[in-house]
Amino acid sequence: MRSAAKLDKIVDDFRAGNTAATGRLLSIMENGGPEAERVIEKILPDIKGIYRIGFTGPPGAGKSTLISRLASYYRKQDEKLGIIVVDPSSPFSGGALLGDRVRMQNLSSDPGIFVRSLANRGTLGGISNCTDEAVDIFDASGKDVVFIETVGVGQSELAVAEKTHTVVVILVPESGDGIQAMKAGLMEIGDIFVMNKSDHQDAGMAAREIEASLKMKRVEEGDWEPRVILTSGLKDEGVDRLKESLDQHRKYLEDSGLMKRKRREILYSRVRSALIDRLDRRIRSSRRITELVEARMEDVYHSRISPYTLVHEIDSMIKIE
Amino acid sequence: MNEKEIKEYKRKKREYYDTLQECNLQDIDFTTVSSEPVEPLYGPDDIEGLDYQEELGFPGSYPYTRGVYPSMYRGRFWTMRQFAGFGSAADTNRRYHYLLDHGQTGLSVAFDMPTIMGYDSDHERSLGEVGKCGVAIDSLQDMETMFKGIDQSMVTTSMTINAPAAILLSFYLCAGEKKGVPFEKMGGTIQNDILKEYIAQKSWIFPPEPSMRIITDILEFCSQHVPRWNTISISGYHIREAGSTAAQELAFTLADGFAYVEAGIEAGLDVDEFAPRLSFFFNSHLDFFEEIAKYRAARRIWARRMKEKYGATKKKSLLMRFHTQTAGCSLTAQQPENNIVRTAFQALSAVLGGTQSLHTNSMDETLALPSEKAVRIALRTQQLIAHETGVVNSADPLAGSYMVEAKTRELERQAEDYFERIEELGGVVKAIERGFFQKEISRAAYEYQKAVENGRKIVVGVNKFVMKDEKIDIPLLKVDADVEMKQRDDLEKLRSGRDNDKVARELEALGEAAAGSDNIIPAILECARCYCTEGEIITELKKVFGEYQEPIFL
Amino acid sequence: MGKMIRVLVAKPGLDGHDRGAKVVANALKDAGMEVIYTGLHQTPELIAEAAVQEDVDVVGLSILSGAHMTLFPRIMELLKEKGGGDIMVFGGGIIPAEDVEELEKFGVARVFGPGTDTNDIVSFLKEKLHG
Repeated sequence: MRSAAKLDKIVDDFRAGNTAATGRLLSIMENGGPEAERVIEKILPDIKGIYRIGFTGPPGAGKSTLISRLASYYRKQDEKLGIIVVDPSSPFSGGALLGDRVRMQNLSSDPGIFVRSLANRGTLGGISNCTDEAVDIFDASGKDVVFIETVGVGQSELAVAEKTHTVVVILVPESGDGIQAMKAGLMEIGDIFVMNKSDHQDAGMAAREIEASLKMKRVEEGDWEPRVILTSGLKDEGVDRLKESLDQHRKYLEDSGLMKRKRREILYSRVRSALIDRLDRRIRSSRRITELVEARMEDVYHSRISPYTLVHEIDSMIKIE
Repeated sequence: MNEKEIKEYKRKKREYYDTLQECNLQDIDFTTVSSEPVEPLYGPDDIEGLDYQEELGFPGSYPYTRGVYPSMYRGRFWTMRQFAGFGSAADTNRRYHYLLDHGQTGLSVAFDMPTIMGYDSDHERSLGEVGKCGVAIDSLQDMETMFKGIDQSMVTTSMTINAPAAILLSFYLCAGEKKGVPFEKMGGTIQNDILKEYIAQKSWIFPPEPSMRIITDILEFCSQHVPRWNTISISGYHIREAGSTAAQELAFTLADGFAYVEAGIEAGLDVDEFAPRLSFFFNSHLDFFEEIAKYRAARRIWARRMKEKYGATKKKSLLMRFHTQTAGCSLTAQQPENNIVRTAFQALSAVLGGTQSLHTNSMDETLALPSEKAVRIALRTQQLIAHETGVVNSADPLAGSYMVEAKTRELERQAEDYFERIEELGGVVKAIERGFFQKEISRAAYEYQKAVENGRKIVVGVNKFVMKDEKIDIPLLKVDADVEMKQRDDLEKLRSGRDNDKVARELEALGEAAAGSDNIIPAILECARCYCTEGEIITELKKVFGEYQEPIFL
Repeated sequence: MGKMIRVLVAKPGLDGHDRGAKVVANALKDAGMEVIYTGLHQTPELIAEAAVQEDVDVVGLSILSGAHMTLFPRIMELLKEKGGGDIMVFGGGIIPAEDVEELEKFGVARVFGPGTDTNDIVSFLKEKLHG
């Protein structure tokens, strides 16, 4: 671990707007543990609760290209952007190939944009464990909006929805994405649906299909009505409309008070998962509990006691209240 | 064989395989360099039902499996065409005179990266790249220097240029024109194969759609005004270099070829007008028989499809002429002299496969651009094959070999499978957008690398027969570091010395032609004549056409 | 296990020969590293900026166009400028021996020529970074 002085230096450089220091803090967040906690303590006064947009959709939907186009619309209004791109780690080697940056490389030369690739390092849900912490770094560095891009392959959408204010679901007309989306529960979480590759012959029809199924959902008076937008990231078509819808959704969140509520929810779920994590570590490192489990597992095995009895016994040893 | 004979043959074959089971076999990988399995023995049953007229025919007649000309190498040898170019136009001009003096029969221009990507030598992106892996050509002026003292009506010139092909062709034509050689007397080739750039070589400028429009403009212009010019050299070479298998090289290259044919037809051209000027460019890799079969299959597929699917009727539209280059990716930096031997085998397979022209790599190409001596040995390798080995005496001498015929059929089948998959994806351009080719090639390349690393495939001098502490003692060519400076100075002089009002007018006219639907080649020629630079012309076209963004596939 | 090794694999210069870069990227991933691949035709500025944003431990550059004597020093200079002077740089491609010597003097950790076993690159990086 770094010395306190060294860590202070990195935080100071970060405050001064140094890119390398920002990069380093993001790594500290990724690696987690007490050092990450110390950094959060230090930057806490600068954290304001940045607006988060989640982007998800199947691989090959053109998410990165679309995002890099969209980024330029935010820049035109002088909003500073943090972009987090999450890709899965290989379950075999633990390594990862993070290639989404390629399509965003043209953004690198803009000092108002910071792109960071994260491997999920085995976390379920397609989103990295340290997403919240990485967002904090962008928040404290004075960014206005943060994009979080994840591959939507099943369980990840819920995690994205939990960690963002607005969810954009990106689909393509090919290979029956629409049907897949409905099955996978993407319909439940999307605030805005994008049918990318609008020049595809089936794009219009696929968009109408999504629209039709959105209509089946009951929307209360005054609530946000999810919508479908046709875009082409490659040709920069419809991206302006996507930006407009995002602005509208952001305004809706603010006017309805949902923005604040979501922020509370995000923080609450963060406290919860940090707590569970902490408890888990404490339980596993307690010798008394480990010994008890070892002794009593025999009884569980032979059906002399139920697994729940053992849990009750451990519970009474923790004595939280 | 009659039925009884076949029965008997099959019984004997089973016996043979039983015997083989009992033999002690070496524990090595008996597959091709493309990792295709190979039988221990081929026999009559492997070419069952072979119909000579239908599948082979005679040299110079449909389906051209045995070669495109009746006389083949008795008529004339292949063109010995060494790819060369480095430094400045004047440096390259000297090398061309050297090669022509040593009996080379055609020229082949290698351009530097800035020229290939459409940047002038003084562009910031050109920094450090000027004249490095080819010659730097910024305007007609450089082209005139490069062909000084060379009769452009006597030599044919091949130019490895793709995205800016129309511009370099215009420079070449204008250079000839200034010496009094009319367009129709000039012969040569531009590579002009943009599809394989998206697939493998990655030197693109514009998106596919406008790129295909430029290509059809070239097809149309040349068929009317430069009839001896080969307008597209549809290239598998780079696909193979990027790591594909032989079957992929064959299939993807032909698929590209058909895509150009379809684009031409869609643009309203008559297939028999432009198809005769299409030629091909293959890689000659290490696997001797696989390569020979590849060339034979390529000719057969092309002829059949051109006739049956695209309704071509002219003989010249059906026959596939191709250039071959030995495989650069097969050369090793270790014990570079061994590359002479590798190249010789590869050249031999290209000749046995009936190539129309050939470039043999120099032994030092994994270390730097080739030195004069290395180039001479490479050229001598071809001359040796032509004059000493006797393989030129009969056309397609391996026809009828059970193995070669079986392999030819197998490759044809594999190619057809790929055509089907490409079709399902919506054609070549759509398949490119979805990364189909890129992924197939990447995977093959990585598999090959792993096979070498775990020792299943042997590379002499690299993972076996290694020399410890080898000292490489072949002289390397050094490109003069001043080229970049000089090129910048020349550009400055050029820009201040020309009629800049005319330049501005011609560029504007080009922009208008590009935005409209007129053929853009005449406008480019006008720009060339008044010494617009390549970068200026490209910049003008980018305004209209935009730039390509690669969908990335790892 | 030590800290995760993060690598940026980049392809500066104008040529499109990305076979080697991709093979290396895949091999490093298979060896358990996190590899950020930046694609083709990257300027020195973009590469250096990506390296510090991603806070990588090492940058691998593949150059086959002959522009190595310009591009390597430029990228290392920019890394230093941007506060990434501690990032290790290695390379690969067609680079003559005498140039390799000069580049190593300049601070390039290692240049891997054609025919390199990717395992050698993996063990070199692990040894350098984990000691």
